[in-house]
Amino acid sequence: MTEAANTAMNEEKKTTVPENYINRVTLKARLKQYARSPLSLILMILVILSALFAVGMLIFIIAYILINGVPHLTAEQFSWEYTTDNVSMMPAIINTLLMTAMTLVIAVPIGVFAAVYLVEYAKRGNKLVKIIRVTTETLSGIPSIVFGLFGYLMFNISFHWMFSILAGVLTLAMMILPLIIRTTEEALLAVPDSYREGSFGLGAGKMRTVFRVILPTAVPGIMSGIILAIGRIVGESAALIFTSGSGHNIPGALTGSGSSAATLTVHMYILSNEGLHVNEAFASAVVLLALTFIINLISDLIERHIAKKKG
Amino acid sequence: MQKIKENVMHALFLVCACVSILAVVLICVYLFASGVPAMAEIGFKDFLFGTKWKPSSGYFGIFPMIIGSILVTGIAVIIGVPIGILCAVFMSHYCPKKLYRFVKPAINLLAGIPSIVYGFFGLVVIVPFMKELFGGSGKSLLTAGILLGIMILPTVIKTTESSLNAVPRSYYEGALALGATHERSVFFASLPAAKSGILAAIILGVGRAIGETMAVILVAGNQTILPKSLTSGIRTMTSNIVIEMGYATGLHQDALIATGVVLFVFILIINLCFSVLKRRKD
Repeated sequence: MTEAANTAMNEEKKTTVPENYINRVTLKARLKQYARSPLSLILMILVILSALFAVGMLIFIIAYILINGVPHLTAEQFSWEYTTDNVSMMPAIINTLLMTAMTLVIAVPIGVFAAVYLVEYAKRGNKLVKIIRVTTETLSGIPSIVFGLFGYLMFNISFHWMFSILAGVLTLAMMILPLIIRTTEEALLAVPDSYREGSFGLGAGKMRTVFRVILPTAVPGIMSGIILAIGRIVGESAALIFTSGSGHNIPGALTGSGSSAATLTVHMYILSNEGLHVNEAFASAVVLLALTFIINLISDLIERHIAKKKG
Repeated sequence: MQKIKENVMHALFLVCACVSILAVVLICVYLFASGVPAMAEIGFKDFLFGTKWKPSSGYFGIFPMIIGSILVTGIAVIIGVPIGILCAVFMSHYCPKKLYRFVKPAINLLAGIPSIVYGFFGLVVIVPFMKELFGGSGKSLLTAGILLGIMILPTVIKTTESSLNAVPRSYYEGALALGATHERSVFFASLPAAKSGILAAIILGVGRAIGETMAVILVAGNQTILPKSLTSGIRTMTSNIVIEMGYATGLHQDALIATGVVLFVFILIINLCFSVLKRRKD
């Protein structure tokens, strides 16, 4: 057994980089070390157990929800109309997509332009920049329920919009703004200065440089920020309950009566809180997990793409 | 002509950059304008330290909710932080590259799962389990703490891992060269060097736990009384807002907004700690 492990390790030696080569310890020597130092053994066991716990928890959650949820993904769950007899989640899925698209349309340009200002235009040591940074940081730390409370007070009550999709969209836009600004800033800072110099050298103005040279180069980084933002929008519930409300069907207006729109998370909250439609709640959990999985996959792909370009 | 265009765009960028200032100002104005007068009307002491929350009879004491939020967060930290740190150690010092390609996305996925899914999972798995174990309804302080402990794991793991990776490799190698085992080198040389990063991880975890709403509502029981034991039900400040905002009017509504103000102040303090820490590190 030890010999097999040794040969396996020898195999690995050839492929790994030389710096690991020197400190390679055989399994036998390692066991001997543990026998001498019980603390190390305990620590190692704890480390492995913790990692197993974290990954095991994820597998357990996913497996549990898939096993209980997939059988309830019936065709009725995807019918276009929500009724009290058939709590279809299709309208909620469409609402989620609508909400995501509208929020991005509002927040992405503002966030990207704000980052452009911070990176390309602002002078170093500018007081305003300092304030912008502090407020952006504050904004990113505010819990979603506080955003929800604020959105309710401002849009639903002060503006008399009632429960409306637009109130939800604007609240979410404020929520994801810091995320977009931060990721875009990072992407802009990663654009080499020679690009800017080259562009200026060819006689382009600042605006042309920003739109034709810097932003196109930063697209992958900005995209990864947008994907993260989509993940937050899809998973958000506390900020939406009192802004876009719990309207079960697709809204017919942006504000006012009939404009309330429950996203998939809100739909699921209502189902699980009532406790009458547990199976349907499981089904929506499956769809939410699938969405999360896809979003993470895309974000991984983009990150790998950026890393490849760098390396 | 070109000059005007440039100036217009410059102004547009500046305006966009100021939106986040506007957002914070608006949030503060709206929350404080309704919340602070309500606190004054109820009486600051009665509001913050009153132990009775009975809006129908005019009692607005959120002390049980403040304690609830703190206790739930405390339990979450006790559970989530050690496991998270150990898991981060695994990822940066134990995990073979091949396995890392699976573990890293797994942690990202754990971070991406919506909180309502966590809450639902807690409701159908942890609550019945607790019911079996301790009796009662199963919805309790402990249940919510455990669930939140799981939820803050990815936050703690990610932050700790990146600060562990930032520790110079020579610390670890030096300890190893002096004859320490792999574990001793990691835990007594590398880990202490990542101290401030770990502290940041804890603060971020606390921020996430104290602001969490939907998952807690489903598993905490939501009683507005001071908890007697780990298995008694509890209501946090966040749940208080969601549960009663739907039908509250008048002073009751303002008292809920004031609850939001208290929560906001808590978060501001946590953020302040975080930025002080970050600045000191730089």
